[in-house]
Amino acid sequence: MTIQFNEETFRDDYTFKNSDWAIQRFPFPFHEDSYMYSVNMEQHRGGPEGSIYEKRFDVDEHYVAEMHDRAMVLADDPLRCQSLPHMTLAGWDLLELIMVSKSEDYPDLFELHRDGDQWRWVNKPLGIDDTFTFLDETTLPYGPMEYITRQAQGDFCVLDQRDDNLWMDAGTVTTQADWSLDFDIGMNFFEWHAPVPLAHEKGIFVRALKFLLNIQQGAPARRLNWTMTVNPLLDTSPENYHKWGVQKTTLTPENIGQKQHLRVELQTFFRLPRSNALVFPIRCYLCNFDDLMTMPKWGRRLHRVIRDLPEELATYKGFIDNRPMMLDYLSKFDDGLPTSPGIWPERETQPALNT
Amino acid sequence: MSGAEKIDVTVTEIVPVNELVTRFKFERTDGGLLPTFSGGAHTVVEMKDGDITRLNPYSLMSDPMDQNAYTISVRRDDEGRGGSLFMHQKVSVGDQMVISYPVNLFSLDLRAKKHLFLAGGIGITPFLSQIKQCERLGGAWELHYACRNEALGSYVDELTSKHPYEANVYYDDQKQAIALEGLLNGQPIGTHVYVCGPKGMIDWVRATAEKLGWPREAVHYEEFLAPQPGKPFEVKLAVSNKVVQVGEDESLLEAMEREGVDAPYLCRGGACGQCETRVIDYSGNFIHRDHWLEDDERASGEKIMPCVSRFEGKTLVLDR
Repeated sequence: MTIQFNEETFRDDYTFKNSDWAIQRFPFPFHEDSYMYSVNMEQHRGGPEGSIYEKRFDVDEHYVAEMHDRAMVLADDPLRCQSLPHMTLAGWDLLELIMVSKSEDYPDLFELHRDGDQWRWVNKPLGIDDTFTFLDETTLPYGPMEYITRQAQGDFCVLDQRDDNLWMDAGTVTTQADWSLDFDIGMNFFEWHAPVPLAHEKGIFVRALKFLLNIQQGAPARRLNWTMTVNPLLDTSPENYHKWGVQKTTLTPENIGQKQHLRVELQTFFRLPRSNALVFPIRCYLCNFDDLMTMPKWGRRLHRVIRDLPEELATYKGFIDNRPMMLDYLSKFDDGLPTSPGIWPERETQPALNT
Repeated sequence: MSGAEKIDVTVTEIVPVNELVTRFKFERTDGGLLPTFSGGAHTVVEMKDGDITRLNPYSLMSDPMDQNAYTISVRRDDEGRGGSLFMHQKVSVGDQMVISYPVNLFSLDLRAKKHLFLAGGIGITPFLSQIKQCERLGGAWELHYACRNEALGSYVDELTSKHPYEANVYYDDQKQAIALEGLLNGQPIGTHVYVCGPKGMIDWVRATAEKLGWPREAVHYEEFLAPQPGKPFEVKLAVSNKVVQVGEDESLLEAMEREGVDAPYLCRGGACGQCETRVIDYSGNFIHRDHWLEDDERASGEKIMPCVSRFEGKTLVLDR
């Protein structure tokens, strides 16, 4: 199908909206009625047709608007995109991975023509048609990583692998859940995860690192993560906390269904061939509560998960103060009926809300 | 499924390099392109030798950017369990084989201001691809390569003719040896040293570098161990509920695979840590041969690396 790209904003007037198609394919992150950290990794090789898992890099109706928002963030704050000097080769690896994947997975939107090192890249949604020399930075308007991540939804962390650890040595990060590339640049896996509560004690990070170090070429992996965001903001960065943090206090029982968004990250992991680095794309999907509640299974489950979430996690994810108001809203969509296992909405087979 | 992704290839060239070493060229059977890789990567080659399937790792020595073919060099080991003999004696041009995607446990540290490569014998192979990577991308490098004698100096001519200033060769039979202390002391700040060769050479380089105050993370090494034959022994697998006899010429990992147990692995040479297995109970002695477990882990009797390590004794029960 040809995607109809939305004209919408993720700031100021917040005209962001999900079509019915986008709601149905929203990556609801809870496979059961409760939540705790786990190394919930699986292989990233396709998924149900039309789902966000199907393609290597999912492109959806928000693509063009998200790229405009990224350009605005980078214009205001160039440090959102950084690459230490030894990471340029990994940047080329990433450029190749994204160009090859998108041109194969979306041939009507993207084209890649290669003649040796002479490459021509056509990005129809963004109106780009560039010819350049692979591995020659002077032939691109930006470094290779910045060039391609200005054309790909989601944040990208490019991790160097050495000394049995991963190092945050490059990235483009403009749609993040309250962490800063500029702060984390050069840190290793344990250093940048230091603020996360509970997971260290459970040994999650030791196991996760071991898994990630062993991700091999041709065998990418994925997992989901989630948090909560008031208003459809892509840029919830520490750098701009003074702009968005205060918006959490604007929630009322009347506007919560429209303003409160579940923010889900599709995190994928690919080994990069020439550099042996690991790229960690973090793709953000937003869906407001009213839209989520159109799926009876998600309504029941979200209420139970938020109600039973440990206090540390609700605090870390930044919604402890708003939790009572969320529960007032969500409880109206939980009639106590059981839910089926798994994340899929199953709108046709799950019982309607018993009111 | 354990191990890296697989690729179906056809052997398109076999070249005897010298009395002990033969080079093999692989191209994709379906005619497509092979993945690019990073210098220092290896591939695991599947060998169907009668009823036995052997999986041996070999460093890729071809240009990492060349997607048309991979090449490896195999040194014949007459004392070994037969993997290298199989490659030398039973593989012909036109044969179809299965190899793994490239896996790199010995990659260049791209922060290095200079790469200092130290090779012993067949340990030259990972450096051949790393040198091509450095030449393509502009990394400073220098090679010191020790061989037994001129006749067994694989790729010496190619290296010294293409890189007369960077490649330095030493022959044991001419009593030539790398002057290691002076060499390490003379390196500019920011140099990384890489060593691949026999265990004695790796230990020598690591110990010398440590003594001279080199940062641990600037010293890189790789040695693939071939599993060694040993006395047969019996192992109980608690999770799969099986009792398996490990034969004289097979590894513990191979014996588990023969019985249909899907045990994890990657390098099969005692280096990567992927096959680490918990010991539930034992009565006897471990013969640890890997590079992975720390001394205290070996002493604890709680872990074994089944790709290269063996056991002698009455009872061995593994969490697998």
